Amino acid sequence: MSLTLIFGLYVFFLAAFTGYQVISKVPHLLHTPLMAFTNAISGISLVGSLLAAGGHFGTLSTVLGAVAVLAASINVIGGFLITDRMLRMFKKKGGAR
Amino acid sequence: MTPAQPQVAQAVVGALSTAETFVQLLYLTASILFVLGLKDLGDAQTARRGVLLAEIGMVAAVAGTLLFGVEKGIIVRWEWIVVALLIGTGVGTAMGLWIPMTKMPERIALSHAFGGLAVALVGVVEYLNHGGPEMGTLRITATGLEVALGALTFTGSLMAFGKLQGFITGRPVTYPLQNLSNLAMIAGTLGLIGLLVYSPGASWAFYAVAALGVLLGVLLVLPIGGADMPVVICLLNSYAGLAASATGFALDNNVLIICGALDGFSGFLLGMMMSKAMNRSFSNVLFGAFGAVPEGKAVTEGAAPSGPAPNVGSVEEAAEVLRAARSVIVVPGYGMAVSQAQHAVRDLANVLQANGCDVRYAIHPVAGRMPGHMNVLLAEANVPYDHLFDLDVINDDFTATDVALVVGANDVVNPAARSNQSSPIYGMPILSADMAKTCVVLKRSLNAGFAGIENELFVRSNTMMVLGDAKKTLMQFTSALKE
Repeated sequence: MSLTLIFGLYVFFLAAFTGYQVISKVPHLLHTPLMAFTNAISGISLVGSLLAAGGHFGTLSTVLGAVAVLAASINVIGGFLITDRMLRMFKKKGGAR
Repeated sequence: MTPAQPQVAQAVVGALSTAETFVQLLYLTASILFVLGLKDLGDAQTARRGVLLAEIGMVAAVAGTLLFGVEKGIIVRWEWIVVALLIGTGVGTAMGLWIPMTKMPERIALSHAFGGLAVALVGVVEYLNHGGPEMGTLRITATGLEVALGALTFTGSLMAFGKLQGFITGRPVTYPLQNLSNLAMIAGTLGLIGLLVYSPGASWAFYAVAALGVLLGVLLVLPIGGADMPVVICLLNSYAGLAASATGFALDNNVLIICGALDGFSGFLLGMMMSKAMNRSFSNVLFGAFGAVPEGKAVTEGAAPSGPAPNVGSVEEAAEVLRAARSVIVVPGYGMAVSQAQHAVRDLANVLQANGCDVRYAIHPVAGRMPGHMNVLLAEANVPYDHLFDLDVINDDFTATDVALVVGANDVVNPAARSNQSSPIYGMPILSADMAKTCVVLKRSLNAGFAGIENELFVRSNTMMVLGDAKKTLMQFTSALKE
């Protein structure tokens, strides 16, 4: 096993554990915003897509990479916007709009 | 190792360059911000701040990647990036701002498809350019899993989208040896990835993995009925996250591993909660074997339930019952979303409250087509969230309530889940609407609900059915009460 893999597994399991702890505290009320939110942050694959689209690898790679950038950026932008749009609607009794 | 990745391994071997250190620190910052953002999402008061934190994190990660790419001479072609980002921003903005809240399950399914597609394509590019014999065990395994999971998420989500939109039948599609063939395909995918470890240059095997992923996505979601969509959507969320994590392993990028794990676990956790709320075993859920469940007592389209006839009341009769009520619990279901009746519900509640009536809302965990969907719809209609109650909090209060107003909900109020051991939903926790003094059920027709199960609530003596479009009926109630 390479050190890289060990490092990666540390990161993965610590993140999974942290995620479990944090996400299990999100109330039912906010489960739909939670989904839109995690959907937006999974758009982090934009990072990989940018490297694929911007590289000097050849036309096929560039086109595939560009489609990936397109798809990932839709998720990032759309996901954050819609999460915020939903959260803006949640208010307590008598709370300000 | 190719220079295309910010390198963790180098940290072990030697010092990073200034640029690399800077990028790694930006990624670290982004990861912390994402976790903090999720933490803030635990409370409706702080949730919007959480979104802001995550947005800053995303900007940091993207800016870091671009800086690094330019510094290292990896990102050299800008025109495609710029065009794709511009279109993506446009489409994303449109999807974010103008999609109606009732279409939220469809939107989420569609964006899972985008997520899966992006990840799968990155994997293919990775294989095209750094593939072949020189790919190490870790890289080829991670890339294989990434492409398989990404492709599966892509087509699976499109199938879920199709089912939600009604392009594809909401009924479970089953065929003989379904689970066996699916398992064989999963085993085949893993086997091919194993083969790639020994022979990374076998590009046919790599593309076969991608093709199997595409096929699996279709075949795993096809047998799942529309009523089980909340679990499916959670599962697809989880798959999308795991695919992103695999990308992180392939690209040696921690921020991808972390985000993928967070996303993967949120989907997994929500899926578990949903299946618990439907009294399903999680192994059933994981293998997508819901097909068997709704077979039970399917009612043919258009047929009224057998046995005693339901008590169908007029709008006026129901309005009289509501006028006399001192306490009302509203039970919203998917029917409310379909007829976009959330505002009409709110208007009726206003009139009832002005009448001195106490109005609360009971939200079943699997009401609607996605977890928490009812909460969003009611919030959209300006219903304060402290009027909404979870099943376990409000269920005992039904006995002391004058009217339970069921708006387009069916299975989540079916007493068969409590009493009828032969019912497919036996054991599922339900809202005790039948315990209220009177139960007013708004429904379009007397047909069975989505799961095709007869509902004995409809023929109870204390139940009054009011047939017709929920929105129209509610508006008629409101104007009757105003008179």
